[in-house]
Amino acid sequence: MAEERQRSPREIAVDEASIAMLEKADADGVENDAFSRADEQGKPCVFGTDGVCCRICHMGPCKISEYAPGVCGATVDTVAARNLLRQVAAGTSAHSDHARHLVHLLADVAQGRGGHYRISDETRLRAAARLWGIEEHDLETLECAGRLAELFTEEFRLQDGSLKTLELAPKPRQAVWKRAEIAPSGIDRTIVEAMHRTNMGVDHDYRNLIKGALKVAIADGWGGSMIATTISDILFGTPKPVKSRANLGVLEADMVNVLVHGHEPALTEMLVVASHDPEIRAAAAAVGAKGVNLAGICCTANEVLMRHGVPVAGNFLQQELAIVTGAVELMVTDVQCCMASLPEVAKCYHTKILTSNPLARNDGAEAVHFEPEQGLKCAKEILRKAIANYPHRDPKKVAIPNQQKPLVAGFSNETIFEMLGGRFRRSFRPLNDAIITGRVRGVCAVVGCTNARGKMDEYILTLTQELIARNVLVLQTGCAAVACGKAGFLTPETALEMAGPTLREVCEAVGIPPVLHMGSCVDNSRLLMAVTYIVEEGGLGADLSEAPVIGAAPEWMSEKAIAIGHYFVASGVDVVLGHPFHTMGSKNVTKLLCGELESIVGAKFHYISNPARAVEVICEHLEKKRNALGINKQVERKLLDMKDRRELHV
Amino acid sequence: MSKLICSSAIIGARDTVERADAILAQAIAEKGADHPVAFPDTAYYLPVIYSFTGSKVEKLGDMTAILDECRGLVSAPPSDDVWLPYLGNALDAGAATLFAFEVIEACKTVIGPSPVDGIWLGAANDVIMRERGIEFVDGTAPGFAAVVGAAPDSETAVRIARELQEKNLYVFMAGAVDGVTFAEQLESEGVQLGWETRLVPFGRDVSAAIYALGFANRAALSFGGVAPGDFERNLRYNKNRIFAFVLALGEVDDEKYAAAAGAINYGFPTIADTDIPEILPTGVCTYEHVVSNVPHDKIVAKALEVRGCKVKIAKVPIPVAFGPAFEGERIRKVDVHAEFGGNITPGFEFVQSASLDEIEDGAIEIIGPDIDEVPEGTALPLAIWVEAAGRKMQSDFEPILERQIHHLINSAEGIWHMGQRDIIWTRVSKNAFARGFRLRHYGEILHTKLLNDYPAIVDKVKVTLITDRDEVERRLEHARKVYVERNHRLAAMTDESVDTFYSCLLCQSFAPDHVCVITPERLGLCGAYNWLDGKAAHEIDETGPNQPVEKGRCLDPVRGVWEGVNEYVFKNSHKKTKIFTAYSLMSHPMTSCGCFEAIIAYVPECNGVMIVNREFMADTPVGMTFSTLAGMVGGGVQTPGFMGVGKAFLCSPKFLSAEGGVRRVVWMPKELKGIISDDFHARIEADGVPELWDLIADESIATAPGDIRTYMEKVGHPALELPAMDTLWEGLEVPVAAPAPTNGKGEIARVEKASSSSAKSAESSFDPVDQPMHRHGRGCVGPLPSVVQNAAPLKAAPEAATPIIDAASKREPVAKAPEAPVTPSLLRRRLRNLTPIPSR
Repeated sequence: MAEERQRSPREIAVDEASIAMLEKADADGVENDAFSRADEQGKPCVFGTDGVCCRICHMGPCKISEYAPGVCGATVDTVAARNLLRQVAAGTSAHSDHARHLVHLLADVAQGRGGHYRISDETRLRAAARLWGIEEHDLETLECAGRLAELFTEEFRLQDGSLKTLELAPKPRQAVWKRAEIAPSGIDRTIVEAMHRTNMGVDHDYRNLIKGALKVAIADGWGGSMIATTISDILFGTPKPVKSRANLGVLEADMVNVLVHGHEPALTEMLVVASHDPEIRAAAAAVGAKGVNLAGICCTANEVLMRHGVPVAGNFLQQELAIVTGAVELMVTDVQCCMASLPEVAKCYHTKILTSNPLARNDGAEAVHFEPEQGLKCAKEILRKAIANYPHRDPKKVAIPNQQKPLVAGFSNETIFEMLGGRFRRSFRPLNDAIITGRVRGVCAVVGCTNARGKMDEYILTLTQELIARNVLVLQTGCAAVACGKAGFLTPETALEMAGPTLREVCEAVGIPPVLHMGSCVDNSRLLMAVTYIVEEGGLGADLSEAPVIGAAPEWMSEKAIAIGHYFVASGVDVVLGHPFHTMGSKNVTKLLCGELESIVGAKFHYISNPARAVEVICEHLEKKRNALGINKQVERKLLDMKDRRELHV
Repeated sequence: MSKLICSSAIIGARDTVERADAILAQAIAEKGADHPVAFPDTAYYLPVIYSFTGSKVEKLGDMTAILDECRGLVSAPPSDDVWLPYLGNALDAGAATLFAFEVIEACKTVIGPSPVDGIWLGAANDVIMRERGIEFVDGTAPGFAAVVGAAPDSETAVRIARELQEKNLYVFMAGAVDGVTFAEQLESEGVQLGWETRLVPFGRDVSAAIYALGFANRAALSFGGVAPGDFERNLRYNKNRIFAFVLALGEVDDEKYAAAAGAINYGFPTIADTDIPEILPTGVCTYEHVVSNVPHDKIVAKALEVRGCKVKIAKVPIPVAFGPAFEGERIRKVDVHAEFGGNITPGFEFVQSASLDEIEDGAIEIIGPDIDEVPEGTALPLAIWVEAAGRKMQSDFEPILERQIHHLINSAEGIWHMGQRDIIWTRVSKNAFARGFRLRHYGEILHTKLLNDYPAIVDKVKVTLITDRDEVERRLEHARKVYVERNHRLAAMTDESVDTFYSCLLCQSFAPDHVCVITPERLGLCGAYNWLDGKAAHEIDETGPNQPVEKGRCLDPVRGVWEGVNEYVFKNSHKKTKIFTAYSLMSHPMTSCGCFEAIIAYVPECNGVMIVNREFMADTPVGMTFSTLAGMVGGGVQTPGFMGVGKAFLCSPKFLSAEGGVRRVVWMPKELKGIISDDFHARIEADGVPELWDLIADESIATAPGDIRTYMEKVGHPALELPAMDTLWEGLEVPVAAPAPTNGKGEIARVEKASSSSAKSAESSFDPVDQPMHRHGRGCVGPLPSVVQNAAPLKAAPEAATPIIDAASKREPVAKAPEAPVTPSLLRRRLRNLTPIPSR
């Protein structure tokens, strides 16, 4: 390390594996890492942080303040809102482009051009088809897949009317969107529209702009992300409960370690297949390795963890630290959240960095050409490169931390239905009952990234631990879930040790951890559906905004997180953020986001930097919803006579 | 600790499936894979497997696939650490256990030991299931307790059983603890076991508990109209309709845990007397799933609380137990302390209304000697003279209250009663007498129960019990006069003489889309509710299952179609039934719930119908048993050509009056003939075909349609002269609504004009039944078809004044119904589509 760190490793991270690797990075002379670069950056630009730097036209850039509008006259309100909308559009585009690639893959498979890809979960395919109104009964599997791919393609190019996927939301929610005029049309069109209205001299009404942000976010959550999750389940399998491990300790000293990193699972799926291929095993053995050990970083990790139990090496901020172990032969990145610095860090070791997506190349990395039809071949080639690199490993530089924790992941909604009632009584009823009787006070989705400006994982862990102690069921996705996995919160034993007594009772009855890992960040769409299923099951309100649920992104950093936050709020679910958007320069925009939105969509944002305070706010919110539902009253057990029974649905 | 339960259940399931596999292998080795296998007299194959999977197990070999399915349902037990969710797996393992149980019990019927042995009854046949199922429908039985294991001693067993009986619950018994069974404990204490007393010993093995669940599944299939294989609806139906629970007495081993997990799938929780782990969070069951360590004196109350089952019981102040479970008790001659009536002494019972200030509520007067004043075994005369007063009491309700006396008296433990009016016979057992039962307790029972069951019409009840022969005879004379008056009053009531019918939606608790329409001349298909009952029930509970149905305008007097009735049926069948005919079998007949006493089925070869009663087990001329037929007719679906009815309807002037009435009857079992003999004779007499009795074939004459036809031709059965039954209504669709007069005179005039011509056309060309029948007043075209009022002049009944079907609609049916005209082949096809006919 060129210079002394401004924050010590213990100030940066809570887990011993990361602390050890930060120390090792310094010792190995790794030039910098995300944390040191954050510190080097120092205090960020005030205008940028406040969202009042306008770079949209070349009369600027303008540094806007309450007293100094931009050259065009744009106020702080306009500029802050406009910048935010652009960020939401960017986040939406990421999830949706991910979805588009999967739609293409589904179409390819349907047309027999999918190589080794196939329909892995026909039940999910047919259920999805029915959900979107396709008469699937008489269709052959591939025919059905083709029809669904067509339907999804249309969701991107739709010009008039609203997205079909919106119909999955409860009716009252659809009505809210209609009334607020934020029901999006085609995903592509909606993003284009967002970019258009944020041009110089177009939309200047901050309220209109924020509504635009909600609209484009809905096209993400209920559009792109929903489509991505659905197709991934169809093609790669709907997640079921699966055991695995998390943290850098999952790397193996005597195996060829290959890390997958990014967000799109298509290539990784083939890597999983290829890693079990006898030829590949033989090749690994030939170089003296016991085999190929596939492990993941970030959300590509979550995708293959959920479906195949592939261990997770780390979350977002551990991508560089994983290389620092000196035991990684190859890291293959796809899209999103892959740091530009990876080739630089890799230079200190033998690690090869490969980029697999033409949208996401990196100067110092090797680009591989990935065609789905040749997916398996490509995957094998990648693994051969890794195997060939194994002999280059420098034993002196290898230090794999022995930290890893067991975990249980794989909680798709389909699994939740079955784990609560088995094949014959699949239902959300036990969860609803647990909430209604107060054993579970409510549900909090703790999601999002980790952020180098703060202490990695700390807020996520504190919040999660406190919530489960207060009998709040925690659902997770993305890097937050990995943080909890590393801390051991994703085991069912956690319920016995850390959960409040009544949540514990429910977890024990079902055999689940009090913290449920529901997938990658694109799978936040699962959370929307989870709340929808809760509402549909009955007894907890008619709309998502009535249910005792809330979202939290304690350590978020990406534009995608901004989009996710917006689609939660647009869906009627409040969101707690560990730090605010870059909009604080406008009091009006802040007031709108953290207050007035409630009257428009029934939910709002909360900016809370202190985890203890966040716990209070979350619990208060859940109790407020419970009170409104009238479920906080002690209800006497109703014994049913014949007349009562006749009123029950059969 | 539910992990322990789930682990045990999964291990228990694995072992049970293995055991079933071994037994099945042995059965196949001994008898071959093609050897037939079935539970006795059921149309539902192995009912649990059939209802869950839709698979029809008919041969031993069919069960191999079932056990494969079971293995797929049993996962590995949860690991010691970092376990995966186990609740769903345990429930699936439970289901696998049930399938395996059913396989085991089915194999026993083939290779032994027979499930029916000594006190053990094995599977209930469909007759029992239907008879008893009705009690679950109308609430007489609020649910059942599946008792598994044994109580610590026989006295405790008796106490628990008595309490369950008093709560009106059925007690289904299976399984043992260290070789001791609950049923044998009861038997050793002299408790009478069997379906009559609701104490049903299924079998000594835990696997015999499957008969309890098979019963529940069949209730859903037959009464709920649930399709085989639709496990989701079946289980939801069980959770929300059949309020059952498991009482686990004594040690709970893996097999019992597995069985309990199976029961939880139905929403049936387990209540244990031992200290096993509990599962308290709710969701699969209505409330808790497993509750343990419950003391024996609290276990019944706790079980009802956990199941969420409300049992309304008026505490009857008598020294013996009271509840419908005791209705089936028999009292042998040697056990009698005193008896009354039964052609030995004069005996009768009588209810009359009194004004409120006339009687003192709760007064019980005894005239003559009480039973402690006479030697043991004496037969005394008896009058049970009840006076009831209430603001809404009316003389129409007297016979209804009077009819309750039989089951109310019979419900007392150790007291037996049969018959009604002046043909009663009642006994008090030595045991009941020893416990302090005296004559006044007859009064206590009637006072308490009549006030309690009929609060809306009865405010005061006085009972006089008379054993003084002279006084009995004096009052009997008066009572007989009233009996005769009542007969006349009821017989005089016709469908035309009232504006309002009554619905019965009681069975909607089981068959959600079925609507019974009860008219003065057509009682409910269960045989239990006539028009007066409906009226009274409505008075008693205005929002209850019996609602007045305004007839509204008559759309078709022949088939019995009214606008108001149609609207009511449409709404209350949840838009499933658009048109309802009261008097037709072939055109939009009434739907059936599943409780019917008899089924009428069209026999194409004979141009008529066969009627089969519930008790008849053999194949009927249409190639199906009652059970199989019932499976098609029930569930609230209109099936032209097939209909469930109450037996008394067979003797009504409105019986199939649109299609020829009794003349259409070509076959019925001897037993049924015997039951309805008197009234049916009166009917055919009145219809001018007294010779018909001998022309109707029974099973001793013919059992195949062809043979019946031959017989009919030989004896000259009148059905052969009638128009073809299947094409009777071709092109004659029932108008959904009569043309509604919109503006004043012109419209009305048109209607009136149309009415005269259409009434004429109805008689001359529309009515498919030939002229002579009109002279006998059949149908509601022409004269009022009342037997009593058959002197009525040839003038149109009020509803015949509305147009029936105008000439145009005959030429070109306006509202073409979605269904094609009924033809024999279509009927058969339709039936096959409903449920393929088992090839037995």
